[in-house]
Amino acid sequence: MKAKRKILSNDLLTEKWWISPLLVLLGLLSFVVYSTWAAWQGEHFWWSAGNEGFGGYLSPFYSPTVYIDPSKSGVPPMDHALLGTWPEWLWWLPGQSPAWLILIFPLSFRFTCYYYRKAYYRAFSLNPPACAVQPIKGIPSKVSDVSGDRIKIFNSGKRYDGETGLLIFQNIHRYAMYFAVIFIFILSYDAFLAFFNNGKFGIGVGTVILTINPILLGCYTFGCHSIRHLIGGNLDCYSCNLYKDKVNHNSWKIVTFLNRRHQLFAWLSLVWVGLSDVYVRLVSMGIINDINTWGI
Amino acid sequence: MKDRDFKIYRGDNERGELVNYKCKVTEGMVVLDVIHRIQADQANDLACRWNCKAGKCGSCSIEINGKPRLACMTRMNEFDDTEKIVITPLKSFPVLKDIVTDVSWNYEQNKKIIPFSPSKKDKEKDFVMMQKDVDRVQHFRKCIECYLCQNMCHVVRDNDGKKNFSGPRFMTRLASLEMHPMDKADRIGDIRDVHGSGMCNITRCCTEVCPEEIQITDDAIIPLKERVIDRFYDPVMIFFRKIFGKN
Repeated sequence: MKAKRKILSNDLLTEKWWISPLLVLLGLLSFVVYSTWAAWQGEHFWWSAGNEGFGGYLSPFYSPTVYIDPSKSGVPPMDHALLGTWPEWLWWLPGQSPAWLILIFPLSFRFTCYYYRKAYYRAFSLNPPACAVQPIKGIPSKVSDVSGDRIKIFNSGKRYDGETGLLIFQNIHRYAMYFAVIFIFILSYDAFLAFFNNGKFGIGVGTVILTINPILLGCYTFGCHSIRHLIGGNLDCYSCNLYKDKVNHNSWKIVTFLNRRHQLFAWLSLVWVGLSDVYVRLVSMGIINDINTWGI
Repeated sequence: MKDRDFKIYRGDNERGELVNYKCKVTEGMVVLDVIHRIQADQANDLACRWNCKAGKCGSCSIEINGKPRLACMTRMNEFDDTEKIVITPLKSFPVLKDIVTDVSWNYEQNKKIIPFSPSKKDKEKDFVMMQKDVDRVQHFRKCIECYLCQNMCHVVRDNDGKKNFSGPRFMTRLASLEMHPMDKADRIGDIRDVHGSGMCNITRCCTEVCPEEIQITDDAIIPLKERVIDRFYDPVMIFFRKIFGKN
């Protein structure tokens, strides 16, 4: 006879529970590493084949472009800068890159997202790494159970507070969402911009990529749990008046449709936004040629 | 008829062992059938709780190869022919005997919930509830109280959260009351302070394990967390409440 706790351990699990958190870990780490590198560059985030007129491809990592350093290559013309040339007081920003000034908004939205919380609590904080798997909170150690048996535990003795302690900041998600919605409109404008080169309408591979980008981001953002709550989830009675019936309930149903696919769109939009930056960067650097109707 | 290998936990809340059994498995059998056959042929004193054998009473919750499942809804043909099947009690609750656990902690949580409270006016007249309002709360009433979600929730299971968190089952019940058009009680303060909505960190294991496929996290816990944010953490909402004096 052994201690119950020793018998009911993780060893009973026969499924490969570690595959899912491992894939999430690799996926999110890859994105963090690439996006940090891309934001650090501060150049080659714009392509318009050297033309100054209306239109061009702008990387979503750099949109909207707050300041522009015209001395760098692969940057938009100055009329794309919201506030003008790169100011001297921002000398400390790595790579003098305008991406650092805006990435906090989509980053905070994703970081506090109810889907990503599941993803990184499982893959990074390992609390729990998977369902029915004991949280890994420290170096495995042998302790004595109440019945005297030596058992292996991972618990480092840290108290679990969930989202009541330090993680209470997760409650800012709805504010991060307001900014994320603004970004959908900005990136939609960038997609519109990509249909033009030097004022001439046309379509290229980059146009397609930059158009799909805000669509996927929109499906992800408008499926947000906070929007679902604010648009109608906070009501107890839809049929109590006509407005709640027609507007709130119908909007809530649409958001619910997207919300059920929140994980799917979270990953699709994450991959696509990275892919969009890769494409614009490679075209801007001249490594690949954009196939388009402008013949440039 | 094939002889298959099983290991079943035999013991109490302190000490026990995994006892080996062999059992002939025929087509169509579920794990609960195997337990009954072993009980009848080899271990008459094996304790096992069950009732409907149709996935509707929630009595036969156990862990099969470390995963919480309903014994009556787990078909034997899900497993490889050579796979040894380990049957253990729910890890989060005290063992009474063998694979039967004491789930009375759950009933204590239920008692903490402010019951359904319609207004006097609504009680006196025939309250007409439209289907679109019914749909949202009816979803939660599919719950069979098997407590697999309570057992799977890592706050309860591994983080000693029984003191601070009522668990996903009761978040679902709270949501069904909070979202009911007739209900007038205010439970938002309780949801944060008594039931511990902040303890849940949205790892969604409760939803994954639910045999009734209730969207516990998306439809109950997160909406309740959002209502708590409205009340306690959203300065804009707090400002508007101060101005217009509405809840």
